[in-house]
Amino acid sequence: MKTKSELTKSILTARCGKIDPASIDDYIKAGGYKALKKALKMTQMDIVEEVRASKLRGRGGAGFPSGAKMEAVLNTEETPKYLVCNADEGEPGNFKDKYLMENDPYQLIEGMTIAAYAMGMVKGFIYIRGEYNRPIDLVSMALKKAGEKGFIGKNILGSDFSFDVEVRSGAGAYICGEEFALIESLEGKAGRPRNKPPYPTISGIYNKPTLINNVETFSNLPYILNEGAEKFAAVGTESSTGTRLVSLSGNVNNKGVFEVPFGVSVREIIDVLGEGVSGGREIKMVQIGGASGPCLPDSMLDIHMDYDVFARNSLSMGAGAVIVIDERFDVLEIVRQIMKFFKHESCGKCTPCREGNRQLLRILYKFISFTATRQDLALLESLCSVMVQTSFCGLGQAAPTALLSTLKYFREEYTSRIVEEMNA
Amino acid sequence: MVDITINGKQMTVPRGITILKAAKMAGIDIPTLCYHPDQFVKANCRVCIVEVEGDKSLPSSCSHEVRDGMVIHTNSRRVLEARKVILELLLANHDADCLTCHRNLNCELQKIANQAGVRVNRFENVLEKLPVDFSSPSIVRNSNKCVKCGRCVDICREVQGLNIVEKIGRSGDIEVMPTFGKYLSDVACVGCGQCSTVCPVAAIYEKEEIEEVWEAINDPEKHVIVQTAPAVRVSIGEEFGMEPGSVATGQLVSSLRRLGFDKVFDTDFTADLTIIEEGNELLKRMKTGGVLPMLTSCSPGWINFIEQYYPDLLPHVSSCKSPQQMFGALAKTYYAEKAGIAPENIFCVSIMPCTAKKFEAGRSEMRVDGQHRDVDAVLTTRELGRMLKQAGIDFTQLEDEEYDDPFGITTGAAVIFGASGGVMEAALRTVYEVVTGKPLLRLNFHTIRGLGGIKEAEVDLDGTIVKVAVAHSLSNAREMMERIRAGKAEYQFIEVMCCPGGCIGGGGQPYHTTDDIRMKRIVSTYQVDEELPLRKSHENPAVKRLYSEYLVEPLGEKSHHLLHTHYVNRKK
Repeated sequence: MKTKSELTKSILTARCGKIDPASIDDYIKAGGYKALKKALKMTQMDIVEEVRASKLRGRGGAGFPSGAKMEAVLNTEETPKYLVCNADEGEPGNFKDKYLMENDPYQLIEGMTIAAYAMGMVKGFIYIRGEYNRPIDLVSMALKKAGEKGFIGKNILGSDFSFDVEVRSGAGAYICGEEFALIESLEGKAGRPRNKPPYPTISGIYNKPTLINNVETFSNLPYILNEGAEKFAAVGTESSTGTRLVSLSGNVNNKGVFEVPFGVSVREIIDVLGEGVSGGREIKMVQIGGASGPCLPDSMLDIHMDYDVFARNSLSMGAGAVIVIDERFDVLEIVRQIMKFFKHESCGKCTPCREGNRQLLRILYKFISFTATRQDLALLESLCSVMVQTSFCGLGQAAPTALLSTLKYFREEYTSRIVEEMNA
Repeated sequence: MVDITINGKQMTVPRGITILKAAKMAGIDIPTLCYHPDQFVKANCRVCIVEVEGDKSLPSSCSHEVRDGMVIHTNSRRVLEARKVILELLLANHDADCLTCHRNLNCELQKIANQAGVRVNRFENVLEKLPVDFSSPSIVRNSNKCVKCGRCVDICREVQGLNIVEKIGRSGDIEVMPTFGKYLSDVACVGCGQCSTVCPVAAIYEKEEIEEVWEAINDPEKHVIVQTAPAVRVSIGEEFGMEPGSVATGQLVSSLRRLGFDKVFDTDFTADLTIIEEGNELLKRMKTGGVLPMLTSCSPGWINFIEQYYPDLLPHVSSCKSPQQMFGALAKTYYAEKAGIAPENIFCVSIMPCTAKKFEAGRSEMRVDGQHRDVDAVLTTRELGRMLKQAGIDFTQLEDEEYDDPFGITTGAAVIFGASGGVMEAALRTVYEVVTGKPLLRLNFHTIRGLGGIKEAEVDLDGTIVKVAVAHSLSNAREMMERIRAGKAEYQFIEVMCCPGGCIGGGGQPYHTTDDIRMKRIVSTYQVDEELPLRKSHENPAVKRLYSEYLVEPLGEKSHHLLHTHYVNRKK
């Protein structure tokens, strides 16, 4: 078995716990703002090229190549352009953005400033989850201090590049993590998704070109600029470069945020970093990514954290949560809790998500109470499939993921509760 | 152009059009619910989904553009099952008492559910019934029918600029209602009913007065008379499947006689009368340094708007009652005397393209005896359609008949009241001739016709240049009011109509109204005007007789009592 230090790699978290996150001097002493200084001497296209060469992919969940996204915004003629950091982190089971903001807020701000310079933006927003009081305070204070030192604001470090960032937060709706719902919320409207296309890169906040990235994605930029794309790309795997922050929770002995190079297996994360299942129990299942992610059985836990490997298995890593559920728990009860979440958090815009989630829950009750029929199973599968295929945005499309995965990997949990089967 | 294949048919279609439009070109009507041709694409309902080969999801055809080489299936197994599930989901949160519903047989949800072959709902009904909002005299809001399509929200915000209804809450708790769940009577709703014309189901509809009218007709004590608004003749035919823009004046008259009305009159008569009174009011204001620009007062939705949103500008509004209320006042006085019938035995009904007229008719100012309503019941065009269907009258087969005397003679000037710009054009025709004493050579004022938002014209009254403007829909009205407040409205006279396109686009007009249909009704309106022998209000012989027999003179003592009113600051 590998050791903890073999399994982890400190790129994003190098300073975490080692410096006072509130102190900009600590940050600078630990190598902070070197990347920005370097960036200001580069051309916009060179920076975008560097990011592209690093093969960095968006850490919010979709895994879209960051360089391509930046290039799309850079090439849009329309101005002004806006930069948005998605720090909503509403996906249950994820707390790594909170960790980054609480332990190294300047790294995020520096990353955003580099991105803004590369795409010619003068205004940015950090949309921080409403419940994240400490990150809101720390990031706001960090912005103020960075402004005092000339790292943000007018004529940054004496250049003719000016960039301001505003901290905003919503009222706690899960949907506001969806990029367009977040943009609507930033504009002061109710958080509901917009039609795509056009994508935010063409028409985002105030219908202007907008680059919207996750906290972790922006936080990678200083390292890429400092150390070069090649060194970054050497970490991880061919399709998934760099590191992944994993939010490990549930029935493990050692919960927390861990930075691992792509390519480690889920089992390694649980056994080594998580120090095994609490009480030495067996694993029932592990949910990957968060509430909208699949629940995998023990037999699949050797899967490697890698975008392509996951895609080949029709799975998604989401934002990197690993939630361990041990043998004591009932699969259907867990799924019920997850579906209750989606029933509560659907924005209500489109029919499949608004009406579908609560109907899924109702059908699920029948299984839980041993009153389901074969038709209920067929309807459950049909409804899940319709929600996946026809929901307006990712929320509704992904809401049945956990249920569908349990139907696939724990099918007996359902069939054993069908009235006809029980009487057979 | 791009090459696509729809259900096996290869075709070349313009780049940038939606799959929905392309399918229509291929002769395939993909069912839709939230889609409305005049509105932003919402893509909420997901009913119009299609299968695109190579695509894992089923995209909504209203929002997705065609791509070169796209292979589309509108009726594949996947599509049919998904559409059925979506409709069942909608119906599981819907008060599906179709047989007793206002929209029975005229409901978009009913139609597409039937089309999709929904025969059983596999989902449990989850509807939690909410009280129906009957608080407005104009419209009824029934959340239990609402499918959350957002069409009413869109028209109230984008066209009327009011935001009275909004999507409140989220997930299954979402409701379309006034902010904070208030009742319509508690918010500054103008009762225009535009929301009711775009609602695909019976979630918002006009407050029905059909029963009251039947009761009066069948009461032997009551002399029941009816007036028909200018804009109804060009729209009522649509209720019976006639082409939009069909002119059915004669059939409208005969259908009302078949229903049992004792006399059938034309609101056009009092429209002509309005022009005489309002024209003289304008000239008086111009001569005596009165408040200008003067604003028209025919549209009750507009009056509700200015009373609630711009009460400081009320002195600009003409004191003339609307043609509906001038008619009601004369019916209970002049006509009662002439016919020798006690006013309390006259039941006066109006057929209006409008839901705000229901509010107007109930106003305390609209009672000449200070007690009884001048107009006893107001039916929208849609309600008349339903009433005729109740009576089994086949409208399309009716012979034309003529209006009754003394309120039956009409002019082209009165007919065009139905279209935005019409009141202004009618006024200009009369004011010009009254002031200059010369015949107006060119009667048509083209610049103030049509669907343009704010329209302007100038007329030279023997050296005095009169500048006029026309605004329709309340977002344009708001802009005009802001100009007046800013002192930037250098006009003498402004026509404002609450609804887009004027009354032909009113909130009580047939369902499925679109801008295309509005244009057709407008074209017909001006065609009727062109074909009438009399096209100027002051030439109406019945109006002349009314003045000589009864009113004596415009703006006189009797006029003041019967034909003019005042307004109230009702700011909320």
